[in-house]
Amino acid sequence: MSETRTTTTSAVRSLLLGLSPQQRQSTDSIYTEVFGRSVDTEQELLRIQNQIGAALSQDEIEKLRIELVGARGHANTARRKIASITALEDKKAIGPVLNGIFQEIESSLVQRKRELEESQLNRSLNDERVDVTLPARPESQGKLHPISQTIDEIVAIFGAMDFKVAEGPDIEDDFHNFTALNIPPEHPARQMMDTFYLAEKPDGSRPVLRTHTSPVQVRTMMSQKPPIRIIVPGRTYRSDSDMTHTPMFHQVEGLVIDKTTHMGHLKGCLADFCRAFFEVPDVPVRFRPSFFPFVEPGAEMDIGCSRKGGELKIGAGDDWLEILGCGMVHPKVLRYCNLDPAEYQGFAFGMGIERVAMLKYGIPDLRTFYEADLRWLKHYGFTGLEAPSLVRGLVAQ
Amino acid sequence: MKFTFSWLKEHLRTDAPAKDVAHALTMLGLEVEGMADRGKGLEPFVVARVIEAKQHPNADRLRVCRVDTGSGEVQVVCGAPNARTGMKGVFAPAGSYIPGTKVDLKKGVIRGVESNGMLVSEREMGLSDEHEGIIDLPADAPVGASYAKYAGFDDPVFEVKLTPNRADCLGIAGIARDLAAAGIGTVITPAVATLPGRFKSPLDLQLQLPAGQENACPLFLGRYIRGVKNGPSPDWLKRKLEAVGLRPISALVDITNYVTLDRDRPLHVFDADKVAKGIRVRFGRAGEKLLALNGKTYALTDSMTVIADEAKALGLGGIIGGEETGCTESTTNVFVEAALFDPKRTALTGRALSIDSDARHRFERGVDPEFTAPGIELATKLVMELCGGEPSEVVIAGRVPDWRRTIHLRQSRIMALGGIDVPAARAGAILTSLGFKAVPKGDGFDVDPPSWRADIEGEADLVEEVVRVEGYDHIEAVPMPAPAVTPEPVLTPAQRRVGLVKRLLAERGIMEAVTWSFMSRAHSQKFGGGQPALALANPISADLDQMRPSILPNLLQAAQRNADRGSPDLALFEVGPVYAGDRPQDQSMHATVVRRGNNAPRHWDAKPRPVDAFDAKADAMAVLSLCGVPLGNLQVEAKPPAWYHPGRAGVLRLGPNVLASFGELHPRVLKALDVEGPAVGCEVNLTLLPLPKAKASRARPLLKASPFQPVVRDFAFVVDDTIAAEQLVRAARGADKALIAEVGVFDRFSGGALAPGKKSIAIAVTLQPTEATLSEAEIEAVAAKVVAQVAKATGGVLRG
Repeated sequence: MSETRTTTTSAVRSLLLGLSPQQRQSTDSIYTEVFGRSVDTEQELLRIQNQIGAALSQDEIEKLRIELVGARGHANTARRKIASITALEDKKAIGPVLNGIFQEIESSLVQRKRELEESQLNRSLNDERVDVTLPARPESQGKLHPISQTIDEIVAIFGAMDFKVAEGPDIEDDFHNFTALNIPPEHPARQMMDTFYLAEKPDGSRPVLRTHTSPVQVRTMMSQKPPIRIIVPGRTYRSDSDMTHTPMFHQVEGLVIDKTTHMGHLKGCLADFCRAFFEVPDVPVRFRPSFFPFVEPGAEMDIGCSRKGGELKIGAGDDWLEILGCGMVHPKVLRYCNLDPAEYQGFAFGMGIERVAMLKYGIPDLRTFYEADLRWLKHYGFTGLEAPSLVRGLVAQ
Repeated sequence: MKFTFSWLKEHLRTDAPAKDVAHALTMLGLEVEGMADRGKGLEPFVVARVIEAKQHPNADRLRVCRVDTGSGEVQVVCGAPNARTGMKGVFAPAGSYIPGTKVDLKKGVIRGVESNGMLVSEREMGLSDEHEGIIDLPADAPVGASYAKYAGFDDPVFEVKLTPNRADCLGIAGIARDLAAAGIGTVITPAVATLPGRFKSPLDLQLQLPAGQENACPLFLGRYIRGVKNGPSPDWLKRKLEAVGLRPISALVDITNYVTLDRDRPLHVFDADKVAKGIRVRFGRAGEKLLALNGKTYALTDSMTVIADEAKALGLGGIIGGEETGCTESTTNVFVEAALFDPKRTALTGRALSIDSDARHRFERGVDPEFTAPGIELATKLVMELCGGEPSEVVIAGRVPDWRRTIHLRQSRIMALGGIDVPAARAGAILTSLGFKAVPKGDGFDVDPPSWRADIEGEADLVEEVVRVEGYDHIEAVPMPAPAVTPEPVLTPAQRRVGLVKRLLAERGIMEAVTWSFMSRAHSQKFGGGQPALALANPISADLDQMRPSILPNLLQAAQRNADRGSPDLALFEVGPVYAGDRPQDQSMHATVVRRGNNAPRHWDAKPRPVDAFDAKADAMAVLSLCGVPLGNLQVEAKPPAWYHPGRAGVLRLGPNVLASFGELHPRVLKALDVEGPAVGCEVNLTLLPLPKAKASRARPLLKASPFQPVVRDFAFVVDDTIAAEQLVRAARGADKALIAEVGVFDRFSGGALAPGKKSIAIAVTLQPTEATLSEAEIEAVAAKVVAQVAKATGGVLRG
């Protein structure tokens, strides 16, 4: 409520003071007629304003507005009275005074109305208060499996080197999985990978679950003309299950075939890959001779690491970590794929996806990849928005 | 392949420290997996002499010894029964760590007598379980010397991981040769002298292999040695074998192991007195059995090369000898075998019988055919040195198979393939040092590989030999040449879609799982699989014996495992392969989601509800929408596959193709999988989804955003319970295709005031004028059409 006034505003007062005593009397008499009782104009104005100021609801205000300045209210009654004043000079003097008074009343009404609105809003804001410390509505957060993320990272890096992604079936035949890769039936290399076989077919052949992604090399060379640059991420299978082996795992195969690619390119390509993948710009890499039936010369690549204090750290260190097998595609493999080794050559490599994911992300146990344990997925997974890209960075920080 | 540094040095003169040798081996392709320092932790232990041992004054079983440690005299209280005056043993001073008991030795007073150290047993040193008494050393052991050094434990043991092509390095001599080629020392492998026979072998030798299959055993050499005395090997031999992890057995057996390791020449020694008439090499016979040296009995077949006498099988050629004709302490006459066996047949026989022996390991990789005769001479020499005896003339059957070949190496190929320019002189020197004959010819060399390198088949192999000895380190890394044109997409549209679907589902709050491509046959049968063609012949376990027809069972079980761990409300997805047959085209890529439990955790503001078919449908629709499938053209059919709840599931069809299924899982199927509901799922066959059409332009059709206010009118229809909501919606939408922009279902109920068998469906129809604001009359006209269309298509009537 606004405070009670004791004097009228100076504007009205100066208007009243400007009246002759007779005019003042006329004014009072007009009021006396309007209100039906004897009043002093100034005192009456003061009373009305205080009455407005004491109003406690919009309804009261509205009632006062109608009574005082509504179409049939006092203001208009007063105006009619003024119209009946015959003395022009008096009319001129009294009219503005009355108008001033009613303007004064109107603005008091508007002000009080605003005051009431304001306090009402404040009251309801207070009533609407909630405990903002209550938890928000839950939204479940899904995560991408580290294998998917790692494959996407690998694709992003090799993609920048103009490799395309190729695919092939998980259920392979002997030719694509072994023979064309220079692995004859009695070859000791077939023992290196314990193969899952499916039921024997009527023609005596036995489909296998591919033991590596290398059959896609064969399929690509047989269906596509060089130059070829592909990578093949995918599921692979070996009949092995212990602490460090699972019957299914993922590999990424790489193949480059053209007329000039040599071991220098193999080294450059894979060293660049490691630096980008592990996000360690100066990670040392080492190539050493090794053997895979489908390459010649063959190599294995190690990256530098340190194992100080039992903690494996990738980068400069005093130790080496085997990362992948690679080499120049064996002339016999080219021949099996109907490519002339006198004309074409290139390199191939194969890398375990779980292995590099474990190394990069510090995942200790291979078997946990396949347990679909929510706690693990939440901890090691990636949000859907963290799509790896060489432009934006492989992994969101 | 394990060997000690000192053994290597019998073949290689070098000053290089072990660390450098290890590095050189690894860089040659003979990867050193480990280097064990057996002397580690034994530094404090010294050879000591017991000056005097006398009875402890206060304990019957203890002795007080005065011990000369080489650096002074100490008093030790000892409980060993064999502690005695004058003996030599191994002493550990106070303060030493005793590996066998894992304690730090302290000075002490034992029953009133001071003790300043310990005379130790083998067990206390962590060498063996021997604890009968303290170590009793020969009288000539030097007092004060480090025991580790005295025992040869300061000799590092190399463990090399050999690749299958390097059979020649299964002998230490071969390893020395590679090292010498790489500049680490000079080969000093002793030549093998021929010992003249003094009599004719009383046992004869016959190769009885069928014509055309003589290669099973092309060469067999034997020698009778009479009057040998078998017994334990001398210490030098025992130590050598022990150092590389072999248990010494007897001199005759140890000699064969020694020659195998030293020269990659497997041998066998028969007790000649147990052999009837002579040695026959033939294939196995039906029903024939062999009790092998490992104590197991094997059934022989006609594809296996058998060493036999006139009466019985004596051994499996190239794999394992027989127990009956094995050498014992009482053996006095022996017949030594050095033969060649076909690698393929050896591998197949070994694999068929699951016998992993050192002999098989070598024969299936190929042994040097030219070292057969020297092998038998070396064996004879050792037998005579260690066991005495008198050798017969060597009996020979068959002949050395032809292994000679010439391969042309173009000098330019070294750079073109190997990426390193090795000068011709250097290349020739490398090949020569490896035992190749390299004759300059034309643009390179004519190269004859040596007899021990059967793995060298072509020019690329020769490039590898040159480059690996030169060092892969020296090949300069060259960046991949940049693509010549603007790069094309790395992924095909189908591949790209797979990645996007995964990320979409993760952002829908679903966790990605990766599960096996196989499952149990019983479970696969519940999901439309179980064909015999997709059964694994050699599964890792019975519950992983069938290729999966669906990912749902794996995800359902994973969901249950998580529920059992305290997370009952969850959603999992997997995007991966499923198999309808064994041909490449039978494999398809499915995006599969399983939701279990409630749709959300409990929350102060909202009550969770159990997941239902519409959660699964939303997942399927989201995937299809992302993949650009026109959702408006999809037909929803309430005809789900058998593994779904028949009344709470459906399929999404586009033309003739069922693209997806969704809904509640059948309660019987859940029970069979041991999964508690509620559980819903969906499967979208990504392989079947239409690929985006190749378009000439990426430009999209012009947006026509109407400036006129859309109008929404609600209708509630009463229809038969059997009417599908989809039917009603389609009818309404068809009422005025130009004006009706959207029809949504906002309410549905049955019961109450409605007649039995009836339900009410309320729809909101959005009208979007494009020409002018709709007048009330126009709106009414469309509304009337909607009511009429719905009535016509479904028999539905407006609810009053």
